[in-house]
Formats: sequence, structure tokens, C-alpha cells
Amino acid sequence: MTLFTDTFLIALIAGIAASGVPLLLAGLGEQLSEKAGVLNVGIEGMMLGGAYLGFYIAWATESTALGFVGGIGGGILVASLMALFCVRMGLNQIVIGIALTLGAEGATALLHHVQFSRLYPRLPDVSTWRIPFLADIPIVGPALFDREPVVYLAIALVPILVYVYRRTHLGLALQAAGDKPAALDSAGQNVLVIRTFAVLSCGALVGLGGAFMSIVGAGVFVPFMTHGNGFIGIVLAMLARGRPLWVLLGAALFGACLSAATALQVAGVDIPTDVVQMLPFVAVMIVLLLAGRNAKLPAALGAAYVRGER
Amino acid sequence: MLDASTPEHSAQPSTEAPPIVTFEGVTKRYPGIIANDSIDMEFRAGEVHVLLGENGAGKSTLVSMLSGLQQPDDGRILIDGVEKPISSPADALDIGISTVFQHSMLVPSLTLVENATLGRKWWQAPDRAGTAGAMKTAAERIGVTLDPMALTGDLSLGERQQAEITRALMRGARFLILDEATAMLTPNDAARLGELMQRLAAEGMAVVFITHKLNEAVAYGDRISVLRLGKKVGGLTPEELKSLDAQEATNQVVRLMFGTQGAQSGDAERPDMSTVDRDAKPTLELLALYADSGRVPLSNIEFKVWPGEILGIAGIDGNGQKQLAAALAGQAPISDGRVVLDGDYIDRMSIGQRRAKGMRYVTDDRLGEGTVGTFPMSINLLLKEIGEAPFWRSGLEQPEAIRENARRQVRDYDIRTPSIETPIGKLSGGNIQKVLLARELSGSARVVIFEKPTYGLDLANIAATQTRIRETAQSGAAVILISTELDEILALSHRIAVMDQGEIKGIVENTDGARHKIGELMSGVKK
Amino acid sequence: MSTQTMTETGSTDRFRAKLQSMSGVLLMSLGPVVAAFILSGIILLILDVNPFSYYGYVFGRGLLSPTGVQATLTRMGPLLLIAAALIVAFRAGIWNLGGDAQFLIGAVFCAAWTPLMAPHVPVWLGLLAGAAISAVFGGIWALVPAFLRAYQGLNEIITTLMMNFLGISFASVLVKLVFLDPTTTVPQTRTLAVDDRLPTLFGTTISSGLVIGLIAILGVHFMMTRTAFGLRLRVVGGNASAAVHAGLAVPLLTVAVFAISGALAGLSGGVAILGQYGNVRADWNPGYSLAVVPLVFLARFNGFAAIGFVALFSILSIGAESAARRTGIPNYFTLVTIGILLVMLAISEYYGAKRQKAGA
Repeated sequence: MTLFTDTFLIALIAGIAASGVPLLLAGLGEQLSEKAGVLNVGIEGMMLGGAYLGFYIAWATESTALGFVGGIGGGILVASLMALFCVRMGLNQIVIGIALTLGAEGATALLHHVQFSRLYPRLPDVSTWRIPFLADIPIVGPALFDREPVVYLAIALVPILVYVYRRTHLGLALQAAGDKPAALDSAGQNVLVIRTFAVLSCGALVGLGGAFMSIVGAGVFVPFMTHGNGFIGIVLAMLARGRPLWVLLGAALFGACLSAATALQVAGVDIPTDVVQMLPFVAVMIVLLLAGRNAKLPAALGAAYVRGER
Repeated sequence: MLDASTPEHSAQPSTEAPPIVTFEGVTKRYPGIIANDSIDMEFRAGEVHVLLGENGAGKSTLVSMLSGLQQPDDGRILIDGVEKPISSPADALDIGISTVFQHSMLVPSLTLVENATLGRKWWQAPDRAGTAGAMKTAAERIGVTLDPMALTGDLSLGERQQAEITRALMRGARFLILDEATAMLTPNDAARLGELMQRLAAEGMAVVFITHKLNEAVAYGDRISVLRLGKKVGGLTPEELKSLDAQEATNQVVRLMFGTQGAQSGDAERPDMSTVDRDAKPTLELLALYADSGRVPLSNIEFKVWPGEILGIAGIDGNGQKQLAAALAGQAPISDGRVVLDGDYIDRMSIGQRRAKGMRYVTDDRLGEGTVGTFPMSINLLLKEIGEAPFWRSGLEQPEAIRENARRQVRDYDIRTPSIETPIGKLSGGNIQKVLLARELSGSARVVIFEKPTYGLDLANIAATQTRIRETAQSGAAVILISTELDEILALSHRIAVMDQGEIKGIVENTDGARHKIGELMSGVKK
Repeated sequence: MSTQTMTETGSTDRFRAKLQSMSGVLLMSLGPVVAAFILSGIILLILDVNPFSYYGYVFGRGLLSPTGVQATLTRMGPLLLIAAALIVAFRAGIWNLGGDAQFLIGAVFCAAWTPLMAPHVPVWLGLLAGAAISAVFGGIWALVPAFLRAYQGLNEIITTLMMNFLGISFASVLVKLVFLDPTTTVPQTRTLAVDDRLPTLFGTTISSGLVIGLIAILGVHFMMTRTAFGLRLRVVGGNASAAVHAGLAVPLLTVAVFAISGALAGLSGGVAILGQYGNVRADWNPGYSLAVVPLVFLARFNGFAAIGFVALFSILSIGAESAARRTGIPNYFTLVTIGILLVMLAISEYYGAKRQKAGA
């Protein structure tokens, strides 16, 4: 079949990385937050915060690296509101999450309008790191091993998080905060500190994902550009049940479907993108239907912790 | 209160170790109540100090101040003679205070080792092998065996408790608080825990043992302090405890606890056999009942209950009593066997159909499943009759009928509530129980299951509830009384079935020596 | 006689208590609104816009000008139906976050088939059939999460979100591939003739969808507060274990809740088509559900309060479009206002609960 030409395959694999990285970062962030017991519905907003601030700083300083730092900062900024309202004050996590998403959508669109409505600046292409030898592999090489450093960082986060969850006290503390916060408290560790840390780290990861979209993916900031990526991150985290590797696999699956549409157009096949975009959801729904019962979540997910209340 | 001797009044203070923690006039107020009223108390190394009191006497508040969960509003806390607040659980651990709470404070999804390392510096990697070794050593020292690599969620409550005590020792605790630690244990395990406490005290540790059970207090305590309504009303010093025999000591403590003379003797009170009609057909009959969907599977349960009879079900909590009640009420599926009520098979019926046949279930989980806490008590009274006339007609609510019903039940059952519209979650435990009793006992009840009916209630409400149970039987219903309080079962039941690990180990008539026979069945001596 | 007086004093007491609780609710609802407007005003000041003139334009257009208020009222119809859909679900403790897909699926099937039927049947029958189609398909779209939740115990937040993405894409696919209007080159469904649409009210341009929306939300409010069925749903939402204990058929009720909620959301899509748009264009998604979720929370799941907040939202969104043209502040600003509003609500709830605890 002529469909699987080199150009098609390179476009497909490169696309998986491009559209999978934000999903991966969003999923990993949400997973961290959920592990500690905070259902973070606001990550769409954190992602937009990261996308905007990342883009703005990259444009203002003409430094991509600083742009990514700004993206992380943007995510943390929105996440700190989540931490304040949901962890410190114990407000309803779903309401605040939606409020932050709506507010960040509005705020970033507004800021963009105020600052860039007449400029429409575009960032230069981000330089890539070529990994010797691996990048020479035909097809896979250029698509995966000649990429922006952030791509490597996002993938490296997977084993790092596995290590943190399994091999450090931090990992145990996160799990305890999500499963039995009172036990963590009585062991002398502050549940609110752990949860705040989890939410802010989530903001950092998700913000980086947003910055990736604006700085690497699009080169511009467009209002509402995250387009549900944060929500897909929530779904990935819930399906992966605390395992970072599963988030990676899920992000690759969703990324493949998202990029397949573009790749097919490159190959000259005209299938509406919507059909391809539906595929991962259909696949996941079928998996859920077949193996539904096992989607287990932390026991204290979504519940604010107040010392002395059971 | 009158002849009470305080610990300070002990004969030879010089021979005693100095107190690790001293309370001076410690007071804790909650909106509307004073939970601890100007408490003076000393906790010394080398002693098992029993805090005795009824539910609501202020024991939990005192414990939460010792363990750093709450701060006193007034008064001073001295650590090793120096004033120092215990401002957080971490603070308490630093001082060497470890608490084993009534409800396990281990994370079920982590192993024992991981639980033991919880709370260390976050960047460190848990040393699983080393910790496991230390845990084993600590466990051996106090004569406990455990598998450090076991997942906590797979262990029994007794095993978890032992693990928690071991963990406390590993942390270098010199002050161990055991909060209602025996509530979930079998008599054997409880006795073992008692010995363990005394061993720990002998090694120089300060042990604080919180309980509402008199016999345990007298058996294991070196010093007893009695709390009532938030006040310390007196206690027994080590010297007094040594000089008195168990019965005298118990009488003393009873006087302090209840302000009455003499102990209530469980054996003296016997149910009235005249209400039971064993010549009639049994009201309820269980035939080889099996249910394996619950946490504790039921196997081969068989018994009959006659009209007017109270069948007590004794056993340690968590041995299938809840599963049995749920299976009879229709909340949990039965996998095999039959249930006959008034000659009809009811095991295939829905909860509603069984209720219509006269099956009633007074659950012990009053807020968890018995009521909807945010709903008015008037609606909670009708939770099992939603849609039924005269309270609903053609599916529409009839507010006046609902209010009338609530007003009547408030009168008949002496429910103390600000208004019938008050959310039931705001009522006290005793009044919530009255709402449940009113709901379950109204109409034509044929079989009533009471599950731990007096758990967590104060004396007046315990008495009122027990009277209701007797009256229910006298009215001709068959009563199943599930309780973990042996005294209560002996006082009320005509026959007693002993339940252990989902099986009925035996059924004994409530005659002289029943207590002994039940004890044997519970500890597995008799097969 | 004495019982008569007793009931009377009882009823005046109740009336007073009700009045008190209503004024409490009013305060708890309006307080955050006022605070949110003040905070948004401060942001406007930072952006160098006079908040009074901005909100002057917003309310001048959305509430006070004849064409504006008609647009506001017309937009309320579908929004009220969505609010009704969410109130049913949320009161039963079910977080249906898939309302947008249910809306779109209802709208697409309605827009696909109603124009085909319309020429052959009386107008009222066509409208009725169109509405029924939208409700049925909206309900069907909610059934997968319903069964997963009822019989597998699967968290509906994940499944409704998944079905939401799936449904939005699926609706686009249907428009582009299946229900494409062959007579135009624009990817959209056939268009319902203006004469075959829902009638307007009293010679204005207000769609009678508003009436349907009002009936739906009042009906839902009545159902949830006054009927045995509604009480059963609230028991499931209030304490699922208590519902099992009381012998309620929880799985069946769960499926019913999803079906009703989905049907109302679908009907909302139908009303939007039958009343306003007449067709569905590819990639059309007004995102009503995500916007209404916070409003329903603000209203504390109360139908009457929801009408008020939906009205406020409609005024803001219609008015912001006009204010955008005059002040240069794009209508994204409405989102910021809504976000702040929600946070203020949550905070007021927090202090309300704290006060209550202190008083107890």
C-alpha cells in the first residue's frame, strides 16, 4: 500500500511526539495531584496559563528556555489558586476547577487581546537536540531523536516519577495523602503541605505542557488553544491509576490519533479529522466497558482534609 | 467524687518516676459543650494509666490534646516538668508520644514497612529491608509476630493494631496511648494486649489506655482516672489498686463513673421468659444460609426465632454480624440457603417486600446508611416508605401528613429536636437512634434486627433503647440482638448465638453459666 | 380548636423560617455576585476602562434595549433546559459533565430529520417530532456512562468527559459525512424553514423556546422537591448507602437520572435548532453546558435561583458582545467575571458553613 510512505510515517511519528507531549505532561501532572487526593479539574486553565505566560516570556526575552520557565510559572500561578482554595480552605474541587478553567480561558484571551491584538508575533522555530547515531535511524530517527529538549524532558519525567512514587518517602507521603490522610497526619507529616506540593507540581508540569503547545507546537498563542488537552489529561490520569508508564502509553495513543489526521492529509488521504480524533475515545470506552470495575481511585480523592474530622 | 482520691494524694511519691506529661487545669471547649473541664492529671513512666469513662465523657478530647491533634483553650501542659505545648502530631512524636487510635491509622494501600517509614524526610529513599529488620526486632521484643512486607489492607484489625504498637516502639516512643484499643479485638487478643501493656510499662514506658470497659481497666491498669461529663471525678492510685481486690476496685470505679452505689451485676438481670412462646411456629427460620459476597462470608447459618423471643448474637465485631443482618434485610445477596418468615420464603424478596412482610433492621451505622444527614428528620422518619400513602398520594408529597407523622413520633419516642425540619445530622447520637427506632418499630414489625443498638449512646439513652427492645419482644415480634457488649446480651436475650468468622459456633440458653459457655465458644475451646 | 391554632402558629412559624432561609439564600447568592462585579471592575480599571461605562453598555444592551433583551430571552431557552438537565443529575449526586455532547447530538439529529419531515406534516407535529428526536438522542448518549456507573460502579466524571469529547467529534462527523445538505457547499445540515420553526412570542423575536425552558426548569424543581420520585433521587444523591438500606433500586434510579438529564440536554439542542438556528454547521459547539455548570452551582441546585443566574449570564454574554465593540474589551471578559463569581460563591459557602458550625 502506498499509504505508508516515508513522508507519511515521519509525519505520523513526529506528530505523536508533538501532540502527545502536552497530553503526557497534563496526564502526569493530574496523576500527581490525584495521587495526593486532589481531583484537579482546573488543569485546562493551568495549561492555558502556561501556554500564555510561556509564549509571552519567550517572545519578550527572545529565549525559548526562559519561555519554558515562564510556562512552568504560569501553570504554578493558576495552581496556587487551586491550592489556596481547595487545599487550604477545602472548597469544592470541581467548582473551583471549573472556575479556574473558565477564568484562565478568559484572562489569557483578554491579555492576549490587550497585548498582541495588532502584532500577531510568531516565535522562531525552536532548536532541536540531535542525539547522535539514534537520529540517523531512518524514519524514526528524525521524528523522535532530533527533537526539542522539552520532549526528552517530558519522557524522562516518566521514569523519574516512577522512581519518586516507588522509591522515596515523598512517594509514600503522596499516596498516604490520597488514601488515608489522617494516617499521614498522625505520622507527623502535614497533609496540607504534601497536597499543596502536589497541586503546585501538577501546575508546573501542566504549565510546561501548555508552553510546549504555544512555543513549540504553534509558535503563537491563540485564545483557547489548549482545546480540551487538559481534560484529556484528566481522563489519562484516571485510566492510568497511579502508573506513569500508562500515562505515557495513553498519551502516545491519543497523540497518534491526533497526528494521524494530519499525516493522512500529508499522504493525500482525505478523512475528516473528527473521525480519527474519535478513535482513542472509542478505544478507551470499549476498554472501560470490558474491564470497567477496576478503575480504582484514591479513597480520599476529592475530599478536603480537615484535621480531626473523619 | 466524694471519697475519690486523686493521684497527687499518693502515699510515697518519692518511689515513683517523675511524670512525663502533666496536665494542669486543662480545658477544651467546643461550641455548646465543655469537653474537658479543668483537668489535672499526671502520666508517669512505668505505669499503665487507664482513662475510664463513658462515651462523651471527654476521653477522646483528652487523647487528641495528648497527641497534638487539638490544643487546650485553657490550662498548662508540662512535658518532663517544663511547660511546653504539644502543637502538632509531629510535635507529639518528637516528645516521644505515640498514639494507637481506635480506627487504624495505617494506609491500607501501603505495606507495614512503608507505613512504618511514613513521615520521614521526603527526599530519602525508604530503607525497606533495614526497616523490616528493625520492625521484626521490635516486634519480637514485645512478643508479637508480624510480616513487615504484608500489605496493610490484607491484615486483620488486631494485626494492624500490633503493627501500630510496634511502629510506635520503633520510633522510640516512651509514651504510648492506646485509644479504645480492645474494642475490635477478640477476648484472647484483648487479654494479650493487656499483658503487652503491662510488659511495656515494666520496661519503663508510660502507657495510657483509654477504655469504657470496667473489667479491663481493673485488670490491666496500674492507675485509673475516671472522667465524667468532661470532668475528672477521681480515680484509683497504684497503692489503692494493689490493696483492693478486683470486685472492690470495680465497685469503687462504678461509684465514680455513675455516681451510684454498687455495681450493676449483669448476671442478676435476666430476661423474662414468659413472653416467649416456643410452642408456636417460629417467626423466623434460617436454613443453611450462605452468603459470600461480603467481606466476611457467611457459611451454614441456621437458627430459629420464636415470637416474643430475643436471640442475642454475640461475637467480636467484624465476624459476619453485619453481613448476616444485611442478608436478612435483603441488602446483601444470599448465595445459598433459605430464609422463612411466618411460613413464607423471603430470601428472593427485595428489601421493600421484606419490610412489607414485617422485617425490620435497625442499623448501627446510623449516619452512614441509616439516615441522610442533610435531610430533615421528618423525612428521615419515612425514608423506607417513600411514595406510600398517606404521606405521598399519586407520587406527590403530602406535607401535612409528613409533619403530623413526625410530630407523633417525636412525642412517642421522646425525640429531642429543635424542630421536625432540623437536618438529622445535627441531632445527637441518642436522638438519631430514636428516629431509627421510631422508623423501624412503627407498623407491624414481625422480625426486628437490632445491630449494636446502644453503641455510642449515653446511659439514659442506653436504658431507653433497651426498654424498647424488651417491649418489641413483648409485643410478639421475634428479635435478633447483635451486640459486642456481652453484658447487654446477657441482660436482654433468651438465647445467645455466638458468631465467629461468619459461622454460628453454638447457641446457648441464657441460664446460669451462660457467660462461661459463651466465652468458651468465642475463644474456640468448644467445637 | 386548639389544634387549629397550633397548626396556624406552626404555619406562620414555618413561613417566617422559610422567609428567613430565603433571605439567607438571597444574601448567600447575591453577596458573591456583588463581590465578583467589584473585582471585575477593578480588573477593568487596570485595563484602563471605566467599569461603570462598561457595565452600562453590558446592561444597556443585554437588558434595556428592546432587541438586546429579546436576544437575551431567546438565549435563555436552551440554557434553562441545560440547567434543568444538570439540576436533576447534580441533585442525585451524579456529575454529568457531558452535557455539551448530549446537547450537540440532540441538535444534530433534530436538524437532520426535522427539515425532511416538516414539508409533509403540520408544523406542530414537525416541531413535536423534532423535540422528541433531540430528547431521545440526547438521552441515548447519556446511557453509556449511566450503565457503567449503575452496574460497574465506574466514576461518571471520567466517562461523561470521554463521551463529551467523543460526542463533539461524532456530531461533526455526522454533519460532514452523513447529514450533509447536498444543496450547499458549506458543511452543514439541511435548514429548517423559518415558517416551520418554533413560534415567536407576542410579535417579538423572542423564541418560544424560552417558555419550554421555563417549564422544564420549574418542572424539574417541582419534581425534585415535591414528588416521591424526586425524593428518591435526592436520597441517592444525599447518601447512596442510605438509599440501598432503604430499599431503593439505586442502579435503576441512576440510569433514570442519566436518561432524564441527557434527554433535557438533548432537548436543549433541539430547542436551539427549532427556535433559533434551523441547522447545525460543522464544528458548531456553543459550549453551553460548561458555562451552565457553574451557574447551577451558584444557584445551589435551586430551580428558581437558576433562572436568575441564567438570566444574568444571558445578559452578560449578549451585552458583552456589544460592550466589546464599544470599549475594545473582548467578550472573553465575561469568562473572567464568571470565574471570579464562582470563586466568590465557593468562599461565601465556606464562611457560611463555618458560621453554621460555630452556631451549632
